[in-house]
Amino acid sequence: MTKRKETIINVACIAALLAVLFVMEQVLPPTNMIFTVLKKGAIYALVAVSMNLLNGFTGLFSLGQAGFMLLGAYTYGILTIPVEDRANVYMYYDGGIIQFVVPVMVAIVAAGIVAAIFAYLIGLPVLRLKSDYLAIATLGFAEIIRAFFQWDKLGPLTNGSNLLRSYPTFKSVLFPFIVSGVCIAIIVMLINSTYGRAFKAIRDDEIAAEAMGINLAHHKRIAFVVSSFFAGISGALLAMYQTTVQASMFKSAMTYEILLIVVIGGIGSITGSCISSFLFIALSEWLLRFLDNDTYIGNFHVPFLRAGFRMVVFSVIIMIIVLFFRKGIMGDKEFSVRGIYNFFHRKSKNGKNAGGDTK
Amino acid sequence: MKRKVLSVLLAAAMVFGCSASVLAADTVKIGVYEPASGDNGAGGKQEVLGMQYAKSVQPTVEIGGTEYEVELDIVDNQSSNDKGPSAASKLVSDGVSIVLGSYGSGVSIAASDIFKDAGVPALGVTCTNPQVTLGNTHYFRICFLDPFQGTVLANFAKENFDATKAYVLAKLGDDYSQGLAHYFTQAFEGMGGEVVKEDFPEGNSDFTSYITSAKNAGAEVFFAPVSTEAAALIIEQVSSQGLEVPLMGSDTWDSNVILNAAEGKDVQIYVTTFYQEGGNPEFDEGMKEFINSDSTNLANNGGDDTVAAVTAMGYDAYFVALEALKAAGSTDPVAVNEALWGVEYDGVTGKIAFDQENGDAIRDTAYVKSANTENGSWDFVAEQGVN
Amino acid sequence: MDFISRNLPYLLAGISVGGQYALIAIGYTMVYGILRLINFAHGDIFMVAGLIMVYACTAMPIYIAIPIVLIATVIIGFLIERVAYKPLRQAPRMSVMISAIGVSYLLQNLALYITGGLAQQYPPIPWISDSITIFGASTKRVTVITPVLTLILVLVLVALLKYTKIGMAMRAASKDFETSQLMGIKINSVISMTFIIGSFLAAVGSLLYFTNYTGVVPTSGAMPGLKAFVAAVFGGIGSIPGAVIGAFIIGICENIIKGMGWTTFSDAFTFVLLIIILIVKPTGLFGEKATDKV
Repeated sequence: MTKRKETIINVACIAALLAVLFVMEQVLPPTNMIFTVLKKGAIYALVAVSMNLLNGFTGLFSLGQAGFMLLGAYTYGILTIPVEDRANVYMYYDGGIIQFVVPVMVAIVAAGIVAAIFAYLIGLPVLRLKSDYLAIATLGFAEIIRAFFQWDKLGPLTNGSNLLRSYPTFKSVLFPFIVSGVCIAIIVMLINSTYGRAFKAIRDDEIAAEAMGINLAHHKRIAFVVSSFFAGISGALLAMYQTTVQASMFKSAMTYEILLIVVIGGIGSITGSCISSFLFIALSEWLLRFLDNDTYIGNFHVPFLRAGFRMVVFSVIIMIIVLFFRKGIMGDKEFSVRGIYNFFHRKSKNGKNAGGDTK
Repeated sequence: MKRKVLSVLLAAAMVFGCSASVLAADTVKIGVYEPASGDNGAGGKQEVLGMQYAKSVQPTVEIGGTEYEVELDIVDNQSSNDKGPSAASKLVSDGVSIVLGSYGSGVSIAASDIFKDAGVPALGVTCTNPQVTLGNTHYFRICFLDPFQGTVLANFAKENFDATKAYVLAKLGDDYSQGLAHYFTQAFEGMGGEVVKEDFPEGNSDFTSYITSAKNAGAEVFFAPVSTEAAALIIEQVSSQGLEVPLMGSDTWDSNVILNAAEGKDVQIYVTTFYQEGGNPEFDEGMKEFINSDSTNLANNGGDDTVAAVTAMGYDAYFVALEALKAAGSTDPVAVNEALWGVEYDGVTGKIAFDQENGDAIRDTAYVKSANTENGSWDFVAEQGVN
Repeated sequence: MDFISRNLPYLLAGISVGGQYALIAIGYTMVYGILRLINFAHGDIFMVAGLIMVYACTAMPIYIAIPIVLIATVIIGFLIERVAYKPLRQAPRMSVMISAIGVSYLLQNLALYITGGLAQQYPPIPWISDSITIFGASTKRVTVITPVLTLILVLVLVALLKYTKIGMAMRAASKDFETSQLMGIKINSVISMTFIIGSFLAAVGSLLYFTNYTGVVPTSGAMPGLKAFVAAVFGGIGSIPGAVIGAFIIGICENIIKGMGWTTFSDAFTFVLLIIILIVKPTGLFGEKATDKV
């Protein structure tokens, strides 16, 4: 199969996917749960991939994702709340100090940039730390950022610990898909570039990588800043999806959830992260919800089913995956057109499927 | 590619989902968007009890000449602003005609746009923050508002305790708590008082340092508009540290969680609320019977049969919703939204009618109660308005 | 005198909560010392101990309930290690850590399911729940008991590590995991023992903590757990005296910060301390310098 043919098939698949989504939106009532799952899934796919870039491809164990999402979400909210609504939103702070708005796409990019700037600054001290220490330091920074945004002295900017709302949101499921898709494509390109190869070298053996002439500090910083940039963008998307944003929701539990998504998908697999984020969201938000209701089959009262059982079952499923399917759904492989092609043609000479994600 | 496969699978699942959500011919769904877990779980459960009792009293409604069976579609918003919206989406996708709730203003604001986009009206039961209804036409409420409640509490502190200095403790990231603290401070300072305000972060259970600070500041009243969960901890620690000033709470505190925490302790507790038990003996009796009839109900009410104000409010909210459905003459949410503006109803908590600007209930009285620490019940103190 | 009675309560609260953090931190530091695993579920074991006490007290008198809580918590800690960590002994460290996060998630959701999401009122324990007055500051007796009890338990533990055979095995395993296996140490029983001791101390910590702050919710363990872990890192992870001193420092600082009116930052300050120590002295106050082998 030629490279060109592969590209054509990939593009066709993406077009088909978007077309399917478009048709679904026309056919189904807009309140259907499927759209909730698809929107949130697309957003989590982006942040999971950005975390995978750090944890899976560069071997930097960072737990700061929620903090960078918070930065992105707040940047987006603060920059886009219409001026006439500010008096309502910033009720206790006389309308806040920012009295202008920027277009939505500019605000989304700004969300990423703000997160990236903070990542650069945080990276200066913490990237010198190794493995667990890095994890706990980034987790700590996320908590500090959260407290800072709740500080009432910053109220005119952040509305204290109160909700931000009334900013523009998206209606169509295509919007998060396209934004996330473009961002993930950029990450894939980065991974397939010389930088990506340097990241993997660092992951596999830092000392050997350094001996080969890779500038450790420089490359680690790039991975950290890029990952945070996209976490910031997904934070902005999450803010749009939720229609309100508040610092208190970006807890460390959120980072753990994203980490679980990455692990279930397979550490080091972009497509794995995407698939598992949709599965994760669909299961936890939608498909298992019946477990929360008292259920009768005929006269038989099904035991155990009551509020909260859904999450118990869900966490048991996660434990099973973690213990028995350690490599996750995809391992470190990618799901690609070439992979399927090779599978059917038994021509897997290369053995490993390189890149070629359909996104 | 993989998304395509996924979409096909999901589409198949969806067809299944849709057919399940088709309404039976003569059922009208009322969504109940309330917390059953988290900080406000206890209060949310009590509010739902009122609705369930109301449904057992009046299980059907006549809409446009047809008798409809009412179905309560209850979801748990987990008292959390980020879990709330997906619970709200679930209600909307089930095709409810109107939504009741929520206990807790933050979650109500968080879900507001989901209801708005779907064209479903929502009726707040005890969410008192002004931002819930401000600037929209789909969120209504039957309770009083925080600027009012804050002023009532400030007046009460001034008149009854002659207080000039108040300590206010609010929870970070809780719009209800922050809002009420703000309005109390405004009113109290307006009367020449002084306020020391502090915040505690989510998940905090050590209040000893806050209480020491209140003591050191020389506060004459301690006002904490917080969830019952935090309130119980505060009461416990206030009593063990021997802080002797009156504790003031807001509508959330009107709960048997507070009574249980205060029983046998040396504390004075004053709260404002919507309804005083005994206000309508017939309702109280029926409600108690309903609570005692079922062990789950009893557990949801916190183990005894004290009727909380939020339960009475939940009861009234159900009937207001039925009135709106009748007036609309249809189960179409948009028509119900239109009809709500004109609804008037004489409930157990008083007369309910909406102002024509934001859809807030027109209410001008609150009840002040104090906790009797000997027998664990509420004593009526005053009916307070704003002068 | 006035200055003392104004500020003593902050210090008392700090010392008391510091002692409770210390008891949790020991569990973290011992497990990390041997397995190089941040046992994220440890804070939740602490919460589960609290819940067991709540339910045990409704069924039996308190002097039976307390031993039952201790035993049940130890069993839970032991089982978690056997089920969730032991199968992953050969797996990369990250897998074990994720398994720990999974266990934590499971315990919290189970607690949510069992309690129905409502806060459970912790039963008062006679004598130690009573109010007392020290230099004009009233507090619960548990506030003063905590640091004393913590120090006694730590001394016992240190003696155990120093003079018993299993203690020696533990020290060997934390020095060099693989060599100690070659020397004939039964590594699985050493690890189990670590979890048993850690869970036992967490259960004692929960008795003291929840007697002071009487509400138990599914997320009760998260923040104390995280802070205790920070304390362990602060003191130099793997070092028991380090963990205890770190815990007291964090407990006291946290309450001083609150006393100064910076209440918004009371949790965040813990992490500021952590980051400062990691930058200045990455191995913590008492940590040994780790050397990387190529």
